Amino acid sequence: MQADRSTMWPGLPAWGALALCAALWLSPAQAADAPGEQAPAGGEIAPTAAADPELEKEVMELSHVLRCLVCQNQSIAESNAPLALDLRNQVREQLQAGRSKDDVIDYLVERYGDFVLYEPPFKTSTALLWGGPALLLFGGAGWLAWRLRRRAVELRETVALSATERAQARSLLAGDPAQPPSSPEESRK
Amino acid sequence: MKAKFLVPLVLFLAFAGFLAFGLTLNPREVPSPLIDKPVPAFSLARLDAPETRFGAEDMRGQVWLLNVWASWCVACRQEHPVLVSLARQDVVPIVGLNYKELRGDGGIDMRGVSLEDETARSIQRARRWLADHGDPYALSVLDIDGRVGIDFGVYGVPETFLIDRDGRIRYKHIGPITPENLQQVLLPKIEELKRAG
Amino acid sequence: MIPELGHFALVLALVLALVQAVVPLVGASRNRLALMAVGRPAAQGQFFFVVVAYVCLTIAFVQSDFSLQLAATNSHSATPLIYKITGVWGNHEGSLLLWAMSLALWTVAVTVFSRHLPEAFVARVLGVLGWVSVGFISFLLVTSNPFERLLPAVAEGRDLNPLLQDPGMIIHPPLLYMGYVGFSVAFAFAIAALLTGRLDAAWARWSRPWTTVAWVFLTAGIAVGSGWAYYELGWGGWWFWDPVENASFIPWLVGTALMHSLAVTEKRGAFRSWTVLLAIGAFSLALLGTFLVRSGVITSVHAFATDPKRGLYILALLVIVIGVSLVLYAWRAPRLTGGGSFGLVSRETSLLANNVLLAVAAASVLLGTLYPLFLDALNMGKISVGPPYFEAVFVPLMTPVVVLMMVGPFLRWKTDGVSPVLRRLAPTLGAALVIGTGTAFAVDHVTWRTVLGLVLAAWVVLASLQLLGNRLRDRSGAARLSARLRAIPSAWWGMWLGHLGIGVFIIGVTLVGSLDATLDVRMKEGQRAELAGYSFVFRGVQDADGPNYDAARATIGLYRGERQLTTLTPEKRLYRAQGMPMTEASIDIGPLRDVYVSLGEQLEDGSWIVSLYYKPFISWIWLGCLLMALGGIFAAADRRYRRTAEHRSTAAVAAAGRAA
Repeated sequence: MQADRSTMWPGLPAWGALALCAALWLSPAQAADAPGEQAPAGGEIAPTAAADPELEKEVMELSHVLRCLVCQNQSIAESNAPLALDLRNQVREQLQAGRSKDDVIDYLVERYGDFVLYEPPFKTSTALLWGGPALLLFGGAGWLAWRLRRRAVELRETVALSATERAQARSLLAGDPAQPPSSPEESRK
Repeated sequence: MKAKFLVPLVLFLAFAGFLAFGLTLNPREVPSPLIDKPVPAFSLARLDAPETRFGAEDMRGQVWLLNVWASWCVACRQEHPVLVSLARQDVVPIVGLNYKELRGDGGIDMRGVSLEDETARSIQRARRWLADHGDPYALSVLDIDGRVGIDFGVYGVPETFLIDRDGRIRYKHIGPITPENLQQVLLPKIEELKRAG
Repeated sequence: MIPELGHFALVLALVLALVQAVVPLVGASRNRLALMAVGRPAAQGQFFFVVVAYVCLTIAFVQSDFSLQLAATNSHSATPLIYKITGVWGNHEGSLLLWAMSLALWTVAVTVFSRHLPEAFVARVLGVLGWVSVGFISFLLVTSNPFERLLPAVAEGRDLNPLLQDPGMIIHPPLLYMGYVGFSVAFAFAIAALLTGRLDAAWARWSRPWTTVAWVFLTAGIAVGSGWAYYELGWGGWWFWDPVENASFIPWLVGTALMHSLAVTEKRGAFRSWTVLLAIGAFSLALLGTFLVRSGVITSVHAFATDPKRGLYILALLVIVIGVSLVLYAWRAPRLTGGGSFGLVSRETSLLANNVLLAVAAASVLLGTLYPLFLDALNMGKISVGPPYFEAVFVPLMTPVVVLMMVGPFLRWKTDGVSPVLRRLAPTLGAALVIGTGTAFAVDHVTWRTVLGLVLAAWVVLASLQLLGNRLRDRSGAARLSARLRAIPSAWWGMWLGHLGIGVFIIGVTLVGSLDATLDVRMKEGQRAELAGYSFVFRGVQDADGPNYDAARATIGLYRGERQLTTLTPEKRLYRAQGMPMTEASIDIGPLRDVYVSLGEQLEDGSWIVSLYYKPFISWIWLGCLLMALGGIFAAADRRYRRTAEHRSTAAVAAAGRAA
């Protein structure tokens, strides 16, 4: 590698890549705009899949936090396993019958246990789970504060020492015999 | 070696111990919250006599097994001989819960099939299967749509529930029962419950 | 024949890995140059044979050799060629071979780019990497032989999981593994330095580019994986907090902490024992991730078919690698004290605080991921820990991280005052509060999460601009703006882009979380649906069979008012070999929003269920990741690293000349 190469700005290829990516990313939607081949206004409005879209929204919201038991790790909203479908239907039926989300959750927990909940309930066995991050945070903050304080103390000691040293140097330079240098051990520190 | 620098090592070793223990566990087996709870109430048509209905209270006073099965369930075929030989010993009545006989079989297009149709075809399939493989059941009931299955917290077939004289679920076995399961776990539990009553 | 050749090559690779693991370490401890010099050729030879093994496996897949167990279970004669090739890593054994290959590749990179380092140090690094290689290649050979024959051969294979037959899966695993495994280099540097007890600024400087490049790969790998989930799973989610996703995210968090900690250790000599612990931690957590995916202790959509023997082997490997490292740490770390002093308000403090926060965040994700396992082990019941938990925990922990991330660069090294810092930060902070809150009101979605996200994002962007402005003003000596821009070192641009990337990422996450809209409709030919100001016209469904699947493809015109924007063609596929249905979404990607359409079932009356999604700013999530990765590339490309390299090599040549 030649010496003058090292003075060149090394990031140039990377900047090029960035510009290229930005261009690629910004282009598609507008570039794809084509003159309408068929005005959409004429079409008849398609019916919603669910008879009651508002209810369906609630069903799906709740289904997303309920775990499918036969799947590896999916909510009953994502899974197409027969059991997930059955449970989704249960959720729909019960919400439709006017039961609250908590009622539906209780219904499923009674039958399948806490395992169906993606948000584990707070109880003795999950206290550490819910409290853990806060404990870790306080532990980490405590450790940090302790480290910083210790460092600050060390820092002050060094500064303090050099201040006395400076004073000694000044007095030596001034030739003031009233303040003799301390013992060699101390001054060496 | 200052003690505080050993903290990461100690934490890690404890952690590794947990992981090692974790290897012995089956993450897909979910224990039932119904243990020691009353058996869920149901009223379903009997396979042998579809016009008569059967419910858990009909078994009150007896220790019994409820076995969830279906003709499309491969693992049921594996456990079936165990059930048949258990039935021959006549220690405990086994009630079969035939679970989603038609709609549970992924290979059938259920669109346009009416409930009557489904019931008729389910009965036909289930009876043929029992004729072919032997019938260990005191009786079987039909859970066409799997609703009673949900009440029992069924999430896979086969599953087996052990119910005591007072109508409480005392034990749940998930998956096919092997001869070892039967000898070492199920039979002792059955004996214990029978003695207790 | 070819599989046997591959098997033999893998055995040879193991032998060479053993040589690489033993000889250079002996050489380094006895100070024998000839023994140390064995490391490089052994590593390169090992790489060669692993590649031969990998190529042999690929050939068996491409030729559809179904007498090979792995090909029979993961390929099919009708699979498109590209998915025959990528099918090699779509299973436990093949992906482990890819793991071993990327480890060998990183090792070879070390042999090539380490000419300027002291021979004894390189010998120790290669020795450590050799031991890791021995662990993984023996794991392959003992428990997971990819060259297992199937006798008698089957006529047809079972095909690759259709979910993996996707362009995203072509690049996701190699990127992710390069990232995971890349941390092994920083790990080996740390162990080599611990062995000698010399963890100095030079060690930190040598480690930095390696750590950064591994982090870039990991960032890109995670981003591609998330993009894959977004368009392949068919409902537009992009992150699921699945244990396997977490397994890649935890090393990412710790790796991020490591990158920043290394900067302080290099510049100021501080945090040395913390940095070395992070270097061990990042790689250990990558290994732990491998254990979680392959041992079956945790259920996940991504987990491979499992076998307890494998779990035990990899756990043993984990205990040996991490256990030995931590013993070494406990032995050497007490000597690591001192370093440059710094005040309470200083850049060092902000970096250390952020390090602690990142570690806490990583530990919290780990806690949530493994808590179900702990409870089960203690026989205290089975629970599930999912997205609601992680979101509740993660957002509060990451908020101060983002704040500190922007405060840090405004602080001076060593010591700074509180009031000057506040004066520097107040204007952008005030503006961000106004802009963020204002935007939340403007889009009519005033929840605390939206406001928080928008304020943070606005602040990151504004403060980044302010930082750039300050930087240019500082260099006012140079006359032209372009000259001043060029004078900024590449590493600084790396920091700037990476942090800006976080801001862009937050914009994406916040807006798509607050403003997305969805609608499920039943559509017949000629019918129309409206969502978020767009019209969707259903033009019908045709057959569109592929080589190994049958498909129905819908044609849907996407309109804005009267103007057609594009035509969307979502598909419903049925992969023949596995009988597995798949939804192929069709997406109109745009800078400000994606419009996402997926095709569901056909109903009895002939209409189709169609799911429509409007996802504002979702591509900003990946743009943010791209900026972070680019930032990493800039940081690693800084000429400081290369200049030291040149400088050192001239010094080495001079030394060699003197010796001769």
